[in-house]
Amino acid sequence: MSAPARSPYLPPGMPLPAVTDDTRPFWDACRRHALVVQRCTACGAFRHPPTPVCWRCRRFEHEWTPLPGTGTVFSYAVVHRAFLPPLADHVPFTVAVVALDGAPGVRLVSNVVDVGPDALHVGLAVEVFFEDVTPEVSLPRFRLRRP
Amino acid sequence: MRDLAAIVGIAESEYTKWGRLTRCTEYQLALETIVAAVADAGLTMDDVDGFASFSNDRNEFSFVATDLGVPRVAWAGTTWIVGGGGACAAVGEAAAAIASGRARCVVVYRSIAMGQFRRFGRALAGDVQGVRPQDAALGFALPFGFLNATVGMALLVRRHMHLYGTSEEHLGHVAVTFRAHANRNPAAVMYGRPMTLADHAAAPRIVEPFGLLDCCLETDGANALVLVSPERARDCRHRPVHVVAAAQGSGPRWGCGAWAMQYMPEEDYATGNGRTVADDLWRAAGVGPADVDVAQLYDHYSGMVLLQLEDFGFCARGESGPFAASGALRWPDGALPTNTAGGSLSEAYVHGLNHVVEGVKQLRGTAVNQVADAELCLVASGSGIPTSALLLRRGERA
Repeated sequence: MSAPARSPYLPPGMPLPAVTDDTRPFWDACRRHALVVQRCTACGAFRHPPTPVCWRCRRFEHEWTPLPGTGTVFSYAVVHRAFLPPLADHVPFTVAVVALDGAPGVRLVSNVVDVGPDALHVGLAVEVFFEDVTPEVSLPRFRLRRP
Repeated sequence: MRDLAAIVGIAESEYTKWGRLTRCTEYQLALETIVAAVADAGLTMDDVDGFASFSNDRNEFSFVATDLGVPRVAWAGTTWIVGGGGACAAVGEAAAAIASGRARCVVVYRSIAMGQFRRFGRALAGDVQGVRPQDAALGFALPFGFLNATVGMALLVRRHMHLYGTSEEHLGHVAVTFRAHANRNPAAVMYGRPMTLADHAAAPRIVEPFGLLDCCLETDGANALVLVSPERARDCRHRPVHVVAAAQGSGPRWGCGAWAMQYMPEEDYATGNGRTVADDLWRAAGVGPADVDVAQLYDHYSGMVLLQLEDFGFCARGESGPFAASGALRWPDGALPTNTAGGSLSEAYVHGLNHVVEGVKQLRGTAVNQVADAELCLVASGSGIPTSALLLRRGERA
């Protein structure tokens, strides 16, 4: 069952990402509507959120690997309480953890915009799209994967 | 093996709903509670030479020691085990300071007046100052509406439900059981407020799978405990309660927990991140879960109690829901009476230090819901983040 997509999925006034030099390439890629994750060029392990060092081999060299943008819902929560004033007319909404194809072990916190709380479930196949929430910031969000 | 230290003094302030502590500052509440704990031990402030707390308690030891006229501070410590995960770690650090001879008498304390500062249930957005690595990590959560711990813990519990068929009714058994305990505890904020499974199911949803009655209270209150060596404890006022073992830590790649990081291995995801701490604790203590008479588990959210039961081996992975539904957590006749004062869900939210206080009462034999002949109590701190635990044992009177 597909709910009508809301755009933007969350209202203006939501917090925007705080960015450091370690995380900037991810957000810059989102601005270009590309999903990238860090991959260690020494051992090949993927990691996210971005950090300077590889958790597996402790080397610092890395690359930013483009991903296909497809994934699977790993877990989710349905937020009913407007924890911030802008959310007052936007609850309930869901927060989903998406396991990303092409990057074993990498999960992204995001939203699935076109599936209502009652239909969202673990294992759902989704794909990324990008929402330009400000002229400078685009957020990766997900929708049902299209055949 | 020698016990690390003994808890000889405890104190608890009044507990109120957040914002109802108006008679004094949070700082005064800390001081009053420390004074009361030292008196409970039959000691004086001249005996105290160490302080421990956790979660960046606002009431720093340097002010506390100065204002209480402590003549000589030999040791002070706080722990990097974050938030409510650090309550047992603070007690454990204090016990280690005593066992290593660095201090003779340590006060562990925590004072939280949410009404005077910040409610924990509020969104974290707006608290960011400068961009530290942890702020950047939150950038992968807050914009998507992952605004507080409730969302993070809901994600862990939801995964558990998916894997094992755990139900919202299972969560209800936890909440209702602890409420029943609080209903016999006049100090509890929820004293006189009964709850049924139907009430639990009908409560407003907060972050599914959690409803209001799955979420801990937001309160004002403080606790303090006094620790000395097991030898010295024999001369104190009350039956000593020994710290048999203390453990703290984290499993692989949990980072600051279920927050934005989502790094942990898949097989670790639907746990409370307590399995390594449990291993260390049981090994150090030389006992296992079957030896425990009573438990105080961290109930920031009802569902997290289930995950912690599994982490510490009280039931098999995935079986905690039916375990709770069987009445196992219930005083007086459950297999493992748990949160016998009502816990964070129904007594008060003192970041889990009240759980240690209740553990001490059980082993002194003075709890309101006393487990008969309780000799061993497990106390575990906040789960789903780096965490800590204590094994407490009833000591001998002189």
